[in-house]
Amino acid sequence: MSTTTATRRGQGRPESRSRRRVEPIFYFFLLPSLVLFTLAITVPGLVGIFFSFTDSIGIGDWEFAGLTNYIAIFSDPAILQSYLFTFGFSIVTVLVVNVIAFLLAVGLTSQIRMKTALRTIFVIPMVVSGIIIAYVFNFLFSNSLPSAGAAAGISWLETSLLANPDLAWIAIVVVTAWQAVPGALLIYIAGLVSIPGDVYEAAEIDGASKFQQLLKITAPLVAGYVVINIILGFKGFLNAYDIIVGLTNGGPGTSTRSIAMTVIAGFNGGDYAYQMANATIFFVVAVLISLLQLSLTRGRNTL
Amino acid sequence: MTTPSTLTAEELHRTEPVPAGSGRRRPGIKVERVNWPGTIILVLCAVTVLLPLYVTVSMALKTQGQAVDGNAFSFPAPFSIDGFVQAWTLTNFPVGAAMSLLVTAGTVVATIVLAAFASYAIVRNWERRLFRYSFYYLLAAMFIPFPVVALPQIQMTGRLGLDNPLGVILLATMFQLSFSVLLFTAFLRSIPMELEESARIDGATTWQTFWQLIFPLLAPMSATVGIFAFLYAWNDFMMPSLIISDPALQTLPVRQNLFQTQFSNNYHVSFASYLMAMAPAIVAYLFTQRWVMAGVTQGAVKG
Repeated sequence: MSTTTATRRGQGRPESRSRRRVEPIFYFFLLPSLVLFTLAITVPGLVGIFFSFTDSIGIGDWEFAGLTNYIAIFSDPAILQSYLFTFGFSIVTVLVVNVIAFLLAVGLTSQIRMKTALRTIFVIPMVVSGIIIAYVFNFLFSNSLPSAGAAAGISWLETSLLANPDLAWIAIVVVTAWQAVPGALLIYIAGLVSIPGDVYEAAEIDGASKFQQLLKITAPLVAGYVVINIILGFKGFLNAYDIIVGLTNGGPGTSTRSIAMTVIAGFNGGDYAYQMANATIFFVVAVLISLLQLSLTRGRNTL
Repeated sequence: MTTPSTLTAEELHRTEPVPAGSGRRRPGIKVERVNWPGTIILVLCAVTVLLPLYVTVSMALKTQGQAVDGNAFSFPAPFSIDGFVQAWTLTNFPVGAAMSLLVTAGTVVATIVLAAFASYAIVRNWERRLFRYSFYYLLAAMFIPFPVVALPQIQMTGRLGLDNPLGVILLATMFQLSFSVLLFTAFLRSIPMELEESARIDGATTWQTFWQLIFPLLAPMSATVGIFAFLYAWNDFMMPSLIISDPALQTLPVRQNLFQTQFSNNYHVSFASYLMAMAPAIVAYLFTQRWVMAGVTQGAVKG
């Protein structure tokens, strides 16, 4: 151990030192990003964690409260409900998005006509503002769908999905999936085109059917992309905010309130310190998921 | 739009069989026919993508009388631009568009310049600890969702007088930094040092080398980084709605909540307003597809 460091030091240091020193201009290149990043993200993050151990309401005097906020959070039904809703919604949406995106990607890489035009169309939802498309869908869910339901005689569709505490989440999944499919789709297309064509030719000569090829060749070879898509999607959906605000604003009641919405509500509700404890827990969850991502995708950079 | 063949399109074509009659095709293997059922299914799927957009456009062009009749899918008859005229004054569109433009342009420019600066410094001084650790530090923002630090950021921007579009530019840029630094550093590592050394032999300083050699080489990456910063800043609702305290300075997506509280039955006005807020992002996407598509794939695979 000590010898390896010694040799590395012996070889590396004088050489690089004699080669060059860091030009001052490189500090000028790097420091603006470092300083602004620290002020805009690191400091607020640390300030937030600090206040999560106090009884601050956002302004005025405060005192240390120890772990009171954290203990209270674990027995707060509103917070638990927002975690349950957010995780449940994220899991369902991840599944829906990945199934649709994978099937579309298989279709878009097969021998179809109008390939370029279709791909252009399928990516459009990604570039549309989440809150605005949620307003558009809000209109469709509250007006068009109930009248279609009435015409078809489906009773549970005759009232707006958005007004039903048990079904409003379906509308949120639909709109979130509508917007999230393109990202997953593009990643799957990249995965599918990376499979060499002769693999399929060989399988065809051996008499494999199209379905067998999909199951035995395509699926295993894009497995890495499935992992990437599931984790990227899950991380994104946990932060759900814009689309829910535009569709239900957390309602009816609090049945579709996401974690992000409870945290933000703390700003107006006066329970600043309490919601900072909530945000800190949310941060730990986000870090754990990112670490899972790193461990699952490590070594796959060559994909 | 004149060049529909994009980066991913080129990749797609690699796996397609060479068209019949081409000399490169090996004889004996039958040419795959166009997959018509697949084409038809995909066209039907594309309709579900286009339907909400069609509803937006057709509703925006209706008269007030036709807009409230409840049929979202009917064709506007007669065409009316009344919705646009009213939306223009009701949302104070010129000011809203100016604010959105300011936030978007500021975020795009700041993200490209700061990320390119930092990435260049990091890659050229990778053996120095400060620069190597800075890379991981800046990347760590990928772990931090905005809701986690939102409350302290709202307070901080308020105290510093940054509760306006400038504050949004600063925060949006910092949240875009990790993804952008990741793309830039990966690209910079692939630029051979010899290229730079030849510029140095000609007597160029680091500053000159960056602007005259490196920055132009980074252009395709800057396009990808820029379009993602554009889409984020133009479409985002959550951050401006929380950070900008003066409603007169709000961006376009935030202004649309006007129609959720007042004027909620003037559908032709609200949809005209939605359309005016969405259209710039869709148009920008149509012209920059290849960078959008490339960015999704690179971001996913490298992140």
